[in-house]
Amino acid sequence: MTAMDTNKAKTGVFSAGRALITDRTLRTDKWWIQPLITVGVFVSFIIYATFRAFEKQNYFAEPLISPFYSPCLSTVCVEGSAHFGTPIGALSIFGMVISPALFILIFPLGFRLTCYYYRKAYYRSFWMSPPACAVAEPHKKYTGETRAPLILQNGHRWFFYAGLVLNIILTYDAVIAFKNPEGEWGHMSVGTLVLLANATFLWLYSASCHTCRHTIGGRLRNFSAHPVRYKAWTIVSKLNHYHPNFAWVSLIGVAFADFYVRQVASGAITNFYFF
Amino acid sequence: MERHNYDIVVIGAGGAGLRAAVEAREAGLRVAIICKSLFGKAHTVMAEGGVAASMGNVNENDGWKVHFRDTMRGGKFLNHYRMAELHAKESPDRVWELEVWGALFDRTAEGKISQRNFGGHEYPRLAHVGDRTGLELIRTMQQRIVALQQKDKRDHGNAESHIKVFAEVTVTEILKEGGKVAGVYGYRRENGVEVLFEAPAVVLATGGVGKTFKITSNSWEGTGDGHALALKAGGNLVDMEFLQFHPTGMVWPPSVRGLLVTESVRGDGGVLTNSDGIRFMFKYIPDVFKDKYADNEEEADRWYNDQTNNRRPPELLPRDEVARAINAEVKAGRGSPHGGVFLDVSKRLPADVIKKKLPSMWHQFMELANVDITKEAMEVGPTCHYVMGGVEVDPDTAAAVGVPGLFAAGEVAGGMHGSNRLGGNSLSDLLVFGRRAGLGAANYVKSAPAAKVSDESIKRAAEKIQAPFDRTGGENPYALHEELQELTQNLVGIIRTKSELQEAIEKIADIRKRIEKVSVSGDRQFNPGFHLSFDLDNMLLIAESTAKSAIVREESRGGHTRDDFPGMNPKWRQINNISSFTGKEIVVKQQDLPNMPAELFDLFDPHELEKYMTPEEMTKGGSK
Amino acid sequence: MTRKIKMRIWRGNSETGSLQDVSVDANEGEVVLDVIHRVQATQMGDLAVRWNCKAGKCGSCSVEINGKPRLACMTQMASFAEDETITVTPLRAFPVIKDLVTDVSFNYKKAMEIPSFEPPADLKPGEARMQQIDVERSQEFRKCIECFLCQDTCHVIRDHEENKKSFAGPRFFIRIAELDMHPLDMLRNRKQKAQEEHGLGMCNITKCCTEVCPEHIRITDNAIIPMKERVVDVKYDPVRWLGSKIRRREEVL
Repeated sequence: MTAMDTNKAKTGVFSAGRALITDRTLRTDKWWIQPLITVGVFVSFIIYATFRAFEKQNYFAEPLISPFYSPCLSTVCVEGSAHFGTPIGALSIFGMVISPALFILIFPLGFRLTCYYYRKAYYRSFWMSPPACAVAEPHKKYTGETRAPLILQNGHRWFFYAGLVLNIILTYDAVIAFKNPEGEWGHMSVGTLVLLANATFLWLYSASCHTCRHTIGGRLRNFSAHPVRYKAWTIVSKLNHYHPNFAWVSLIGVAFADFYVRQVASGAITNFYFF
Repeated sequence: MERHNYDIVVIGAGGAGLRAAVEAREAGLRVAIICKSLFGKAHTVMAEGGVAASMGNVNENDGWKVHFRDTMRGGKFLNHYRMAELHAKESPDRVWELEVWGALFDRTAEGKISQRNFGGHEYPRLAHVGDRTGLELIRTMQQRIVALQQKDKRDHGNAESHIKVFAEVTVTEILKEGGKVAGVYGYRRENGVEVLFEAPAVVLATGGVGKTFKITSNSWEGTGDGHALALKAGGNLVDMEFLQFHPTGMVWPPSVRGLLVTESVRGDGGVLTNSDGIRFMFKYIPDVFKDKYADNEEEADRWYNDQTNNRRPPELLPRDEVARAINAEVKAGRGSPHGGVFLDVSKRLPADVIKKKLPSMWHQFMELANVDITKEAMEVGPTCHYVMGGVEVDPDTAAAVGVPGLFAAGEVAGGMHGSNRLGGNSLSDLLVFGRRAGLGAANYVKSAPAAKVSDESIKRAAEKIQAPFDRTGGENPYALHEELQELTQNLVGIIRTKSELQEAIEKIADIRKRIEKVSVSGDRQFNPGFHLSFDLDNMLLIAESTAKSAIVREESRGGHTRDDFPGMNPKWRQINNISSFTGKEIVVKQQDLPNMPAELFDLFDPHELEKYMTPEEMTKGGSK
Repeated sequence: MTRKIKMRIWRGNSETGSLQDVSVDANEGEVVLDVIHRVQATQMGDLAVRWNCKAGKCGSCSVEINGKPRLACMTQMASFAEDETITVTPLRAFPVIKDLVTDVSFNYKKAMEIPSFEPPADLKPGEARMQQIDVERSQEFRKCIECFLCQDTCHVIRDHEENKKSFAGPRFFIRIAELDMHPLDMLRNRKQKAQEEHGLGMCNITKCCTEVCPEHIRITDNAIIPMKERVVDVKYDPVRWLGSKIRRREEVL
C-alpha cells in the first residue's frame, strides 16, 4: 500500500477492457459520512488518550483508579494506586520518567489495532482502502495483509489473551470500588457504577471478538462431538454480531471512566456515594 | 465459424444435462455441454421443495413401490409405467451419490438425510435443503464437473480435454446425415459467431416451455428449444396437452406475477382461504382421493402432528386439483384483491420457524411484494410451471424414438409424469433420467460411426441464422412474443373448450406466417432481439402442438381440463397423443399407451384401478 | 400507477461506450430489470442485459445501480425518489462485453483452482451420517447464487487488476470455508493453500462483500475471518502448531 495515484492511471476500474466510465464512483449517496465519523471519533480518542497518558496525574482517587493507569506497576505511581506492586520500577529515557500508563496502554491498543472490526474501520477511513464499497481507492499498489508490517495482524490472538488479563484487573478495580475512601467494604458510588460499566463493556468486547469465537469453538470441524463448546460458540456467535457496537461502546466507555476518575481525582467533582 | 468435435453433445446445463454429462464422462467419453446462460444458472435453481426419493429416512414404511403408486396416481395412470418404475427404484441412489459429491442436505436427528411432506406423496419423501434444493442440486453437479475437469488436468494436462462447457450458446438445429444425428449447429450469444459441433450423439436437456405462456414461473430460457429441435429433427412429442399450472404463483405486484411460491408452504402447514375466510379446499376433494384426504378442518389440523391416524389436509392434493380449485374460487368472485386466493402460514407457525424453514419465500415476499409472511397471508394464483409432455423416448436408454443418436432427459422428455407431475418428482426425474441418457448416449456412441457433417448442411444452417438480419421492416419479435403469450394464456390455459382451441390454432397459424418476416435491428453482438427471433419460432411450435393435442383429447385429466368434457374418460387413458412436424405444421396422431406388466399392475388395489380403467382392462389385468 | 422515469444506461463495448439518457415508464411494484426490459422492447431492441430467473435465485442480472453492485431483479423502483435519475452500468471489476453484460470468466477460472470436495475413500452412498449442527455452517455458504457481486465490489481486484492472478475473491473464500468446515471433507491443507495460493492474506476484511451479498451470507464474519483464524492456527501460532504436532488432533485442524 503505497503512493497516492494522482494521474488516474489505467488501473483498477479504469483498466483497459472495463466499461469506459470516467467517475471513480457513481454512488449518489453520502458514502463519505461513515469514514468521516470514524476518523473524528478515533482522532478525538487518540488526542485525549495521549494527553492523559502524559499527564501522569489525576488517575487515582481512593478507591477509584483510571483504566488508563491500571494496573499501575511503576514506583512513580501515586500512593495507594499500585495494587499489584511495582515490578517495573521507574524507567526513564533522556531523564524523563516514562508514564506508567504507557506500559499498560500498549496491550489494549494492540488488541484494538489488530481487531477484525477496527481493521475494517481504519482501513476504510484512514487508509481509504477502500473508502467505501465500490468507491475506487487512491492507491496504486495493494498487497493487503500479506507482508510486514500488516502480516502482524495475524497476532491478534496474543493481544486477545493479554486483553483478558487486563479485563480481570479492571474487574478487580470495579470490585474494590465497592469500598469507601476509608477502605471499608459495602459502599457504592457513581464511580463504582462507572468502573463496573467499563469492565462489563470490555468483557463484552472481548467475548464478542472473532478470535474468541474461533478459540471457543469455531476451529472445530464437528460441533456435535463437543456439545459444550458448541453451546458456547453459539452464544459467542450471537455476541459477535454486535462486536462493532461493543467496540465503540467500550472505547468510549474507557475514555469516560478515565475522565470521571480524573474529575474526581483533580477535585473538580465529588464522587457521589449512594450508601 | 468455430468447429468442434465431441463424442456427445449435451444441450442444456440444468440438472438433467449435467447429470448426463457426468455419466458420459465417467464412461470415458468426450463431452460438450452447451447452455444458453452462464454455467450454473439453469432453471433447476428455481426448484425449491426437494427431490423425491423413497429412502425411508423419516418413515420407514416408504419404499419404491409406494413411490411408484403415488407417481402413477398423481399422473392419473397416463404415465409410461416403465419410466415411473425406474424413477421410483433409482432415485434414492441418485440422491445418495450427490452426498458423496459434496451436497449438504438437511438432516434427521439420526444424521440421515431429512425428508419432508409434499402434495401427493404418501410419506415424507422429499430430501431438501431449506427451500433451495434445486440450487444445491445444480451446484453439486457443477462442482462435480469441475472435479472431473481437475482430474483431467492431472491426467491429461488439460482441464477441458474431456468436458467443456460452452456457455451462452444457442443451438438452432440438430444436424443429421444418413438419417442419424451428426452434430448440432448454433451461435455464440456473445458475438453471434456460428459454432458447429460434430458428434454422433446429442442429449437434449433443455427443460420446459413456460415462456409460451404469459403467467409462468419459468425463466426466459423455458422456450421449448429441445422440444422444437427434436420435432425438427424428426422426433415425436408425446401428450403436449398436459401442462402443469402450479397452484401457487405470486399474483402481485404485476412484475413478479407467476413467480413460484413453493409447495412446501402448504407442506409445512400453510392453508388456502378465499375472500370469505373459508378454507375452501375441503369442497374440492375428488372421489378418487376421498379416502386419503381429510374432509374436515379438525382432522386436517391433527395430521401435521399425527400422520398415521389422520388423513392429510386437502391443501396437499396433487397440483392440478388445487390449481383448478383456486381457479374456480376466483371465477366465483371469492378471490383476493389481485385475483388470487390467500395462502397463510403465519397463523400456524411461529415467525422464527417460518424464517428457518422457508427462508427464500420470506425474502421473496419481503423484497418483492413488501409482504411479511410471518405476519400476513400471501396472495397466490395458478402459474404455468411445468410441461408433462415432451420428447417420446425409450424409458431405459432415454433414446428419442425415431431419431438415432438423439436422447432426451428431464422436463424435455415426455411420458414419465403422465397427465400431472407430483412436486419433488422433477428433481428426481432429472437425476434418474439424466444419468440414463448419459449412459444411453455413451453406449450408442461406442457402436456408432464417427460423425461428419456435410458442407451443404452447414451452409443451410448458417443461412437460417443470418435470415432475420437480411429482412428489413418486418415485425418486432417482442410484440409477436407478447401476442403469442396472450393467446395461449387465454385460449390454451387452465380451462379449455373446443371453440377456443380452434381459435388458438388459427391464430397460431397466422403468427407462423408473420414470424417468417421477423427482422431484427443491431448486429450480432449480444443482441436479445436476435435471440428472441429463434426462441419465438420454437415457442410457436410448442403452442401449436399443445393446442392441437388439446383439441383432440375429449376428456379432463391432470394438466388438461376441458370445460366441454369435464370428466375422465377411461378410453382416453389408453391413448397418447403423438405430435410430429411435417416441416410446415404439427400433426397429432393417437397411439396406444403401453400396458403395465402384471407385477406392477398387482401393486394396486383393484378398487383404485377401477376408477381409471375400463372393465375390459380390469379383467385382462397386467400383461404377462 | 405509471410514472415516467429518467435513466442513464451505459451502452458500449470493450473499446468505447458512454452513459445514455432514456425516459421510460415504470409501473407500480416493478424492479429495475422490468424497466430495462421495457427500454429494450420499446427503444433499444439490441440493449444487452443478462438475466434469467427474475427472482433473485440465479444471480445473472448483476449490474451496478447508482454506483452500487446489485441484482437488477431485486432492486425495486420504489426504492428511488420520484425525480431521481437512475444510473445503470455494467459491473466495473470485469471486462465489458456489451452494454450491461460483462465477461465474468475470471470467476470460473478461479473455481477451477479450488481443490474439490474430497470424501473419505470408503464412503458408500447412503452411509453418511452428519448432524444438522455440523452442516449448518457450510450450508450458509452453499446458499451462494454466484452473482459475483462480492467479486465485483472487492477492492483487491476491482481497484487492482494485477491482483487478479493471485486472489481468488470472496466467493471462493466461502467455497474454501465451506469445504474446510464440511464434516466429510478429507483434504487437510486447505488453510495453507488459502493463504499461499488463493490470496486470503490480501483480504483486509473491509466487508464490502458482505454488504452487497443478496443472499445475506455473512461472508466476512462467518467465512473469511474464521479462515484467517484457522490459517493462524497452522501458520502463525507456534503453540498451536506444536500442540498439533504432538497431539495430532485432526478434527481440530
